[in-house]
Amino acid sequence: MPRLFFLNFPARALLLSLGLALALATLPTDRGLAQADPSPARESLAGVSQSGESQVAGSPFGEPQEPPTADLAAGTDLSAPVLASLQSSKVGDRDAAIQELGLDFSPLSSQILAGLLQGRLHLDRASGAFYLEEEGGFRLLWPETGPSTPENPRKVAVNNRQRETLEGLLNSRALRDPDLERRRRAAAALIGATKVDLALIQNLLTQEADERTRDSLRVIVALGALRDSGSPLSAKLAALQDLEGLYAPAAQADLKLLAQGQEPQLAQAASRVLRRLEARAQHLALVETFFFGLSLGSVLVLIAIGLAITFGVMGVINMAHGEMAMLGAYTVWALQTLWPQSPGLALLLALPTAFVVAGLVGGAIELTVIRPLYQRPLETLLATFGLSLILQQAARKGISSMNVPVTTPGFMSGQWLISSNFSLSQGRVIIILFCLLVFAVVYLIMRKTRLGLEIRAVTQNRAMARALGVPSSRVDTLTFALGSGVAGISGVALSQLTNVGPNLGQDYIVDSFMVVVFGGVGNLWGTLVGGLIIGLANKFLEPLNGAMLAKITIMVGLILFIQRHPRGLFPQRGRVASF
Amino acid sequence: MIFSLGKKAILAGALALIMLTGGALAQAQDTIKVGILHSLSGTMAISETTLKDSILMLIDEQNKKGGLLGKKLEAVVVDPASDWPMFAEKARDLLTRDKVAVVFGCWTSVSRKSVLPVFEEFNGLLFYPVQYEGQESSKNVIYTGAAPNQQAIPAVDYLLGEGVKRFVLVGTDYVFPRTANKIVEAYLLKKGVAQADIVTYYTPFSHSDWQSIVADIKRIGGTGLKTAVISTINGDANVPFYKELAAQNISASNIPVMAFSVGEEELSGVDAKPLVGHLAAWNYFQSVDNPANAEFIKQWKAYIKDDKRVTNDPMEASYIGFNLWVKAVEKAKTTDVDAVLKAIVGLSTPNLTGGVAKVLPNHHLTKPVLIGEIEDDGQFQVVWETEGEVEGDAWSDYLPESADLISDWTDPINCGNYNQKTKTCLGAEKSPEK
Repeated sequence: MPRLFFLNFPARALLLSLGLALALATLPTDRGLAQADPSPARESLAGVSQSGESQVAGSPFGEPQEPPTADLAAGTDLSAPVLASLQSSKVGDRDAAIQELGLDFSPLSSQILAGLLQGRLHLDRASGAFYLEEEGGFRLLWPETGPSTPENPRKVAVNNRQRETLEGLLNSRALRDPDLERRRRAAAALIGATKVDLALIQNLLTQEADERTRDSLRVIVALGALRDSGSPLSAKLAALQDLEGLYAPAAQADLKLLAQGQEPQLAQAASRVLRRLEARAQHLALVETFFFGLSLGSVLVLIAIGLAITFGVMGVINMAHGEMAMLGAYTVWALQTLWPQSPGLALLLALPTAFVVAGLVGGAIELTVIRPLYQRPLETLLATFGLSLILQQAARKGISSMNVPVTTPGFMSGQWLISSNFSLSQGRVIIILFCLLVFAVVYLIMRKTRLGLEIRAVTQNRAMARALGVPSSRVDTLTFALGSGVAGISGVALSQLTNVGPNLGQDYIVDSFMVVVFGGVGNLWGTLVGGLIIGLANKFLEPLNGAMLAKITIMVGLILFIQRHPRGLFPQRGRVASF
Repeated sequence: MIFSLGKKAILAGALALIMLTGGALAQAQDTIKVGILHSLSGTMAISETTLKDSILMLIDEQNKKGGLLGKKLEAVVVDPASDWPMFAEKARDLLTRDKVAVVFGCWTSVSRKSVLPVFEEFNGLLFYPVQYEGQESSKNVIYTGAAPNQQAIPAVDYLLGEGVKRFVLVGTDYVFPRTANKIVEAYLLKKGVAQADIVTYYTPFSHSDWQSIVADIKRIGGTGLKTAVISTINGDANVPFYKELAAQNISASNIPVMAFSVGEEELSGVDAKPLVGHLAAWNYFQSVDNPANAEFIKQWKAYIKDDKRVTNDPMEASYIGFNLWVKAVEKAKTTDVDAVLKAIVGLSTPNLTGGVAKVLPNHHLTKPVLIGEIEDDGQFQVVWETEGEVEGDAWSDYLPESADLISDWTDPINCGNYNQKTKTCLGAEKSPEK
C-alpha cells in the first residue's frame, strides 16, 4: 500500500493540477471574448471596453462589443464628413473628428471611439470603409454595406493626447452604463481627468444610487468648485467640507495651494483636509508595502523551494538552478507560440510541462555531472557553474540572444478594487497563492509520500538507508529531478513578472541561495519563512533609503545573522532532520 | 639551457610555424583591418550582437563596392563578454596585435571609460555608437550617438510643452543615468520646476521588483499635478517596470514614461501592449518614412536572413560612423589615425531620417531629435521632432562645473576640455607626436 501511495501521490498531484489548470483555463473563454485580449488600455478604461463581459453571461447573442451606451442612442446618423476627416493623414483633422464623434451618442460613434482607443479600428484605404478588428478577423463598421473583409486594412493611429480625450469621452459615457462595476471604474478614472463636463456630473449625481460611484462624482464636483476662480467663498468651503469626508488624493495639489493662500478661512479648512488626507495616505501606503513585501517574498520562496530540495536536502550546490527556472520560462514561451490564440491556456499547460522538462533535464544533470562528484562540494560548484554558462549560451545560440515575448493573459493582469482608492494587482495575488500551493505540494511530497520518506532517509544516513534496501542512487536522481522540476514551475511564474531570456536564471540564483541559507539548510519551513521575511524587510526598507541601499542593508543584516546563527533560522537539530 | 633532441625538434617546428604565419600576416597587409569590439556573450550580448552584425554587413557591402583604397576590408571580431576590464584587454589586442585601422565598439559608458586610456595610449580610433551622458571628449573617439543635449534636453522640453509639472526620474544605478539625471534636474530647475516636484529613484542592474517604486509614482502622479516619468532604466529591468506600470493601472495618458534606453530592439522581445503610448527619445526610429531608411531596413533583413529583425538608433549611429570613416579614409588617402582624424572633422554624410550627420570639431555629430510613442507592434509613432539637426555638445551647459568648457580638436585649440573663460586646457590635450 505505501509503495502504491508513493507511485500515486505525485501522479495524483499532477493530475489534480492538470485538472485545475484546465478548469481555470476555460474560465476566460466562458467570461467572454473581451478577456482574451489583455490590452492595458482595456484595463485602464475598464468598463467601456469590456462591455462584452457583463452581457455575454445572460445574452444568447454574445455580441462581444455591444456598445455600453446603446440605451442612449439618439438615433442620429454619423455624418460622412466626420468619418472622412478621421481618414485624414493629418493629426489635426483626426483631432477634430474625435471631437465631433464625442458629441454624437450613437452606438456607432461609441464603437469607433472605443476601437480607436484600443487600437482596433482599421481603415481600408481603397474603399474608405472602417473595420473593427476582433478575435476572428474584421467586422465592417461603416458604411453599412461593403465587403466583409478589408483588402488593405491600416490601423487608425492615435497619440497620447487623443487617448486622453478618448478616455475622458468614453468614461463620461460609461457613467450611465447599467453595469455597476463599470460606472465605479469610470467615475474613479474621471477624477484625474483634466476636462470634465461638470454639469453632466452634477446631473448624474442626482440619479446615481451607488455610494462608491457617488463618492467619486462628489470629488469631481468639489474639485471643480475649488478650481473655479469664480465660485463664491461659501461654495469653496462647502466643497472642502465635502472633501473632508472623502479620500481624494487628486485634490492634494489644489489643497496645498489653498492652504498657502490669502483667505484665512479657506487656508485653515484646506490644511485640515490636507492633514487628514496625508494621514490616510500613509496608512494606505503601509498596507500596500505589506502586500508588496508578501508578493516579493512569495517570488523568492517560489524560486528557492527547488533549491531547498537540491541544496537544502541533498547538499548539492547547484549553480545551474536558475537555468532550470529559465527552462520553465522558455516553456511558457514555446507553448504560447504554439497556441497564440489562447495565451492563458498555454500558461497553465506550461506548469506541468515545465515541471517535466526541467525535471528531465535535472535528472540528466544528476546522472552525468553531479553523480561522479558527490562529497566534493567545490568541484560540484564549479561543474554546475560551468553547466549554467553552457545552458545560458545554448539558449542564446539556439533560441535567441534577445528576450522572447511572453504574453500576460487576462486573468493575470488587471486590478482587484478593494476600495475606491485601494487596489491590488490580480497577477501578484495569484502568484502569492500559487507559491503557497507549490509549497504545500512539495511539503506533502516530502512528508507523506514514500519518495519523501526515502529522500529523508538517504540524506540523514545514506549507509543505513541503503542497508535497509533504499535504492539510494535512484532516490538521488529523483530528488534532483524533483528540485529541478519545481524550479521549472517557478520559471513559469517568473515569466509573468520579468524578462524571459538567457539571463533569467542568473538574476535569481544569488537570491535563492540567500533565502535557503537564511531559512536554514535542509528545512522547507525555513525557506518559506525566510523568503517572506526577506521580501517584507526589503519592501519596508525600500521607501526609507532606496532600492539599492535596501538590498545592501539586507545583505549586511544577513551576514550578521549568519555569523550569530550559522545554521539559519530553523537549524536542523541532532540526527533527526525536521522537514 | 640544454634542450633534448625532441624539444629541439618542437622548437624548430614552432619557428617554422611562426615564419609561416608571418608570411600569412605579410599577405594580410593587402587588407584593411576593422576591429569590432562588442560583447557577444554576457548581459550586454542582447544589445551588442546586433551592432556587430550591422558592421559586418556594412563591411560586406563596402567590399562588394570594391573595398577601400583598392584594398578589401577585413573584420576582426573579438568578444569582451560584457566584462569591463576585458574590454580594455581586447582593445589592446586589437590595436597592438591585430593592428586594426579603426575600431567600432562599446555600448555601456563603463566599457567606453575602460577602453579610453588604451585608445589614447596606442593612438587608436574608436567609433562609439550609443547615446551617452556626455562630459567627455577624447581625441581618439568619434561619438556617433547622442550627447545629452541631443536626447535628454529636447525630451524634457517636449514634456514641459505637454504641460507636465512634476517629474519622476528613475534610473539604473550607474554613470549614464546618474549624469543624465543631474543634467536633467539642473535643466528642470532652470525652467522653473520646483525642487519638490523632482523625485529621483535609482535601482540595481536587472532590478525586477518594481512594486514599491511604481506605487510611489502612482501616488506622486495622483495628487492633481500632471506627472511624467523620465526613465534611464537600462536593459533587462525595463520589461518588469512596464509590466508593473500596467499591473498598477498606470497608462500612458495618465503618467507617460519618457525612456532614453528603450528602442525597437528592446521592444522586440516584449509583449508591447502594456507599453502603448509611452515615449522614447532617439535620433532615429525604424518607422521613419524615408527611402534611405527603407533601403537600409531591406538590406539588414536580407543580410540577417530574418524578416522579423528590427533596426534601431545605435545601428543608425554605427551606419553613420562607418560611412564617415570610409569618407575620411578616402579623403586622407590613408588609414593612418592622425590623418583620418584630421580629415574627418567637417565631413558629413546623409543619415537615415532624411538629414545630414556632420562631424563637429568636438568629435560629436549633428543629429535630429525625435520623440516617438510606442505602438502595440513594438514600433514607434513619431509625435515630435526638432527642426533640423542639433549640434552635439560634449560638456553640458546646465551643470556649473562644465558650463564654461568646450571641446575642440582642431587647431589652434586642440583640447578636449578647454575652458573658454580662463582660455586654458584642463588636461585632455593632444598627445605629443610619436
